[in-house]
Amino acid sequence: MGFFKKRKKRQYITITPKKERSLPPTYVQPNVPDDMWQKCPKCQKIIYQKDLGQEKICPSCHYCFRLTAMERLALLVDLDKFTHWDEDLAIQNPLDFPQYEEKVRQTQEKTGLHEAVVTGQGYLGEYPVVIGVMDSRFIMGSMGRVVGEKITRAFERATEAGLPVVLFTASGGARMQEGIFSLMQMAKISFALQRHHEAGLLYISVLTDPTTGGVTASFGMDGDIILAEPEAMIGFAGRRVIEQTIKQKLPDEFQRAEFLLEKGFVDKVVPRRELPLLLAKLIALHQPYLSKEKKEETND
Amino acid sequence: MTETLSAQEIVALARHPQRVTPLEYLETLFDEFIECHGDRYYGDDQAVVGGIGFFQGQPVTVIAIQKGRNLEENITRNFGCPHPEGYRKALRLMKQAEKFHRPVILFVNTPGAFCGIEAEERGEGEAIARNLREMSQLKTPIISIFTGEGGSGGALALGVADRVWMLEYSIYSILSPEGFASILWKDSTRAGEAAEVMKLTAKELAKFQIVEEVIPESKNGRRLSQLAINHQLTRLLKKHLKELQELDTQDLLKQRYERFRKF
Repeated sequence: MGFFKKRKKRQYITITPKKERSLPPTYVQPNVPDDMWQKCPKCQKIIYQKDLGQEKICPSCHYCFRLTAMERLALLVDLDKFTHWDEDLAIQNPLDFPQYEEKVRQTQEKTGLHEAVVTGQGYLGEYPVVIGVMDSRFIMGSMGRVVGEKITRAFERATEAGLPVVLFTASGGARMQEGIFSLMQMAKISFALQRHHEAGLLYISVLTDPTTGGVTASFGMDGDIILAEPEAMIGFAGRRVIEQTIKQKLPDEFQRAEFLLEKGFVDKVVPRRELPLLLAKLIALHQPYLSKEKKEETND
Repeated sequence: MTETLSAQEIVALARHPQRVTPLEYLETLFDEFIECHGDRYYGDDQAVVGGIGFFQGQPVTVIAIQKGRNLEENITRNFGCPHPEGYRKALRLMKQAEKFHRPVILFVNTPGAFCGIEAEERGEGEAIARNLREMSQLKTPIISIFTGEGGSGGALALGVADRVWMLEYSIYSILSPEGFASILWKDSTRAGEAAEVMKLTAKELAKFQIVEEVIPESKNGRRLSQLAINHQLTRLLKKHLKELQELDTQDLLKQRYERFRKF
């Protein structure tokens, strides 16, 4: 028991709780970049950023992370040969919706994008193609007047130049802040798209996660060929809205790309890594056919 | 009464169960109407009524999205929310009209396309998308009349026309005010406020040139009789059908393109 007695005699330093325990002024937070690790939304595993690769596919469950418009473009085309179109279209606030311009400006700064879609002309394989890529980071990839105008012009120019169009959709649907004008974009694009269609030109839509609302109900579902990325959420009504309407929980696979394939609404669900090659092949398959003799004639 | 009505009050009027429905317009403005059923793929959507009849002696195709007055009717009509087969039936009848050179007259009164499992399974989005682009090139005049609610893509699918008109107390919007408030402010009880912000009344939409004509329902603060409203509709339809039918098809389609291109 002497052991305990001995300890009791020890002197302790006491810290009064009133004293502030602040970090020394020279203390610096350890510098870990935010984007070094990512959590996979599907398998919940923590993945080292570099393991995701340029395609951003989860190495353990093959989940396709959402891509930014520029990441997507970089996977598809030679960016040096890509011409951006209509990056100077000014945002309008037709309803005078409070703080809307401010929100757009902030989103532009944050994303480095002009609007929720990037359009322009590039090359798939050796063939010139009009390409549009939506970016869901930009106010949920929603479609307002600028998005509608950019896509309409893309179709109009493609019709004029006799080029195919490939659009990657990623959108929550209408841009609420632009009200009825947002709805009119669906019609406006459909008109331009139909002229392109009647000119006998190819339009491929690639539905990526997420594609819903007015984008599904217009140019998303209008492709001559409709492709989709694995497990992409694609639908008209939002999941939550349906759950509220029918008052029951929906199965996980509902409105996924594979579900649409089964129901007959997409031509093919294509793994991300196979997309560039498949698109190039499809474009090549739609080039005017010249028989051997004809080719020789033109060469003469 | 006219000047003082708030957007929220107009929303209530547009949805009022006693409001004259598209079917009643169909019965009073047209003669010998014969209903045609089915989309030829899946079924016959009762939320959409379509067929052939005479307007002032001229054969026309008439298609209407119909809401019910009471619960029983609403169960049949699915509260005026069409499934894909409703839009496909409408398109089938419009193509038929094109073939026989009949003008198409559409009546819209819908909260929106139906949000349900089967509607998704059968391609609600695809059905609407197809209507939009087929209607853009339909080689016959189209006039679309909004009589009550015009909700989102489900209304637009019968709203791609050479002339779009609204009754004074009808609404046309990207989403219901409740949905709008719940998306933007996470609070569906602020629907009244949303209705004001959204600019969904006929008058405001006419200012934006979303619609060409507002059909008055009141004069000097007094409600017009249904007879007077019908009379105005007949007069307008006569005038504009004549105008549109005098155009050659190329001009008709060009004007339709320009009408929507400006947005």
